[in-house]
Amino acid sequence: MARELWLIPLLPALSSAVLLLLGSRLSRRWISLQACLAVLASLALSAAALVRLLGAANGAPPLSGTLFTWVASGSLSVPASLTFDPLTAVMSLVVTGVGLLIHVYSAGYMAGDRDYSRYFGLLNLFTFFMLVLVMASSIVLMFVGWEGVGLCSYLLIGFWFEKPAAARAGMKAFIVTRVGDAAFVLGMLTLVAAVGGPEFARINAAAAAGGLAPWLATLAPVLLFAGAAGKSAQVPLYVWLPDAMEGPTPVSALIHAATMVTAGVYMVARLNGLYSASAVAGPLVASVGAVTAVFAASLALVQTDIKKVLAYSTISQLGYMFIGCGVGAYGAGIFHLVTHAFFKGLLFLAAGSVIHALSGEQDIRKMGGLRRRLPRTFPAFFVAALAISGIPFLSGFFSKDAILTSAYEGGHLAVWLLGLLAAVMTAFYIFRLVFLIFFGEERTDAEVRRHIHESPPVMTVPLAVLAVLSALGGLIGLPAVFGERADLLGRFLAPVLKAAEAPPAAVEWNLILVSTTAAAGGLFLAFLFYLRYPGTPARLAARWPFLYRTLIGKYYVDEFYDAVFVRPLVRGSELVYASFDLAVIDGALNGSAAAAQAAGRGASRLQTGRIKDYALAFLLGAVLFLGFILAWKA
Amino acid sequence: MIPAGAFLALAAALFALGVLAFFVKRDLLTQFMAVEVMLNAANLAFLALAKASLKADAQAVVIFVLTVAAAEAVVGMSIILLAFRRRKTIRTDDLSGLKG
Repeated sequence: MARELWLIPLLPALSSAVLLLLGSRLSRRWISLQACLAVLASLALSAAALVRLLGAANGAPPLSGTLFTWVASGSLSVPASLTFDPLTAVMSLVVTGVGLLIHVYSAGYMAGDRDYSRYFGLLNLFTFFMLVLVMASSIVLMFVGWEGVGLCSYLLIGFWFEKPAAARAGMKAFIVTRVGDAAFVLGMLTLVAAVGGPEFARINAAAAAGGLAPWLATLAPVLLFAGAAGKSAQVPLYVWLPDAMEGPTPVSALIHAATMVTAGVYMVARLNGLYSASAVAGPLVASVGAVTAVFAASLALVQTDIKKVLAYSTISQLGYMFIGCGVGAYGAGIFHLVTHAFFKGLLFLAAGSVIHALSGEQDIRKMGGLRRRLPRTFPAFFVAALAISGIPFLSGFFSKDAILTSAYEGGHLAVWLLGLLAAVMTAFYIFRLVFLIFFGEERTDAEVRRHIHESPPVMTVPLAVLAVLSALGGLIGLPAVFGERADLLGRFLAPVLKAAEAPPAAVEWNLILVSTTAAAGGLFLAFLFYLRYPGTPARLAARWPFLYRTLIGKYYVDEFYDAVFVRPLVRGSELVYASFDLAVIDGALNGSAAAAQAAGRGASRLQTGRIKDYALAFLLGAVLFLGFILAWKA
Repeated sequence: MIPAGAFLALAAALFALGVLAFFVKRDLLTQFMAVEVMLNAANLAFLALAKASLKADAQAVVIFVLTVAAAEAVVGMSIILLAFRRRKTIRTDDLSGLKG
């Protein structure tokens, strides 16, 4: 298995090409079937590669396949080469596994849409680029996937482009991530120039061996992290993700929760040698992650749009992953990435099911009491909520605990405290959703209430599968207190990501106790606020109106960016447009056209249409010519 | 023997007559004949000079001119015919459709 590795990304690419080019001639049934089968095939091939990987001898080189040399320029050579090591295995299984479930769910969710083939074509294309991103063996090829998923994200956020808000959100996502990507390109070029090659293995080895100049060893990871902050929606570049919720809900689940937004985390983990070698980059990543985790969680507390709450929650959870990577526990970061893909994918799909049931209603103030009306969606959402809150023995508990333990053990107390605070808020805002949507009185509009219906099996079966994964997914990464060899994921990833030191059992138990208390505390608060004493939130808002307004206004970050970056840019462009474009460029063009026209009009007077005038001109010309020759001869 | 200058004088006179006729006459057919006169005046000049210089080159040119004139006559007459059919006139002052 070498070149065959390429089949994993190329099958969805092929399917996507067929769907996008010939989609209008295919039946809807065939479109969804083909799209799902392509991803299923990729999943099966990834699983086969995983089996091979597990069967390989310890210390054997990872599977890799080179298709051709892509760039050969001077001493630089970039092969189109894929690698399948443990980290890639985890990522590609998440991408294809969760991706498959979301493809299946989409067949039901998008059933009424007229652009069925474009939707599935883009979803397949996204899967292709995401697989290239996680399987590339060099940073340059990874960048191809990186930009490709950005493109698909743009196209899918703006899928309903006739809606101005959706078109604008797509553009915002594209432009904001572009800011980070510019830094990413700079970091990539510096790194490739310094190391002499684009392969991850070489970069990590060079960094670990101290082969990079000190300034470079700091600058390169920081620049790359700026790209990651754009793609993974971290402070200060997170503003595009909440707006990205304008896209179809399965897209939010796949791209803006489970896979694409985790690309930044994957990149940091992939370049762990580089990040570990720098004394600045790691703490920076952890701090940005911690600040983002708390910042975004605080915004999720007051949002009233079900998808916006989940969007801020995603930003917050991505912050957690960066905390893990920043404190050196790359395995824990990836672990949380995996469990997050399960429970956040599930939350989005369940939210989609709720929205579907309520004929498109997204405002949680107009929901309530739905737990009996949606008997299959409710338990799925509930399990995911328990998992994300960190209630013991569900997936989120183990992964969040692994990150917080590493932060505490690494001596990053501030980061640990922020993480804990975010955990309390997480439990609070997610159970606020649960209580407001599924419990209490029904606040739905009368018209909507008559049409409430549970979603078809094509949508609820993926929910059930993800619910099982959200509940049990944590068992792949048990902490050391459950046994020396309990951390299956950590041991599997060990060849790529060195495992973190396990703390003493007593410390571990205490930390588990603390984080469980945090989760339970947040849950209990939500219970008090939204079920037991439902008037509390309004009273608190009235008590501290400034705080409440600031949160509702999302700390006015969008307004700030608008005033500082967007408006000056627009104003400046308008100025240049008026003074240079219109006056100089258009002036020169229009002027030369007008001059040519005037010259033509003048010259056309000579053409009288009378033969005799022409003949006279001939005669005069001939006479002049002859006279000239004679005079010259004389 | 008649001197070459006499021939040339005759040719010049013929040519001037042709030009004069072209500008004085107003119908296409006569003007066409005037052009033929000019061509033949040129032919006469060529022949006179050929005889004087005892070289055959100029005579060859005359043959060429005759050939071209024959072809030109065909094309010219056809154009005149078609112009008449279409416009019911061959007065050149009326045929001024190409005015700019």
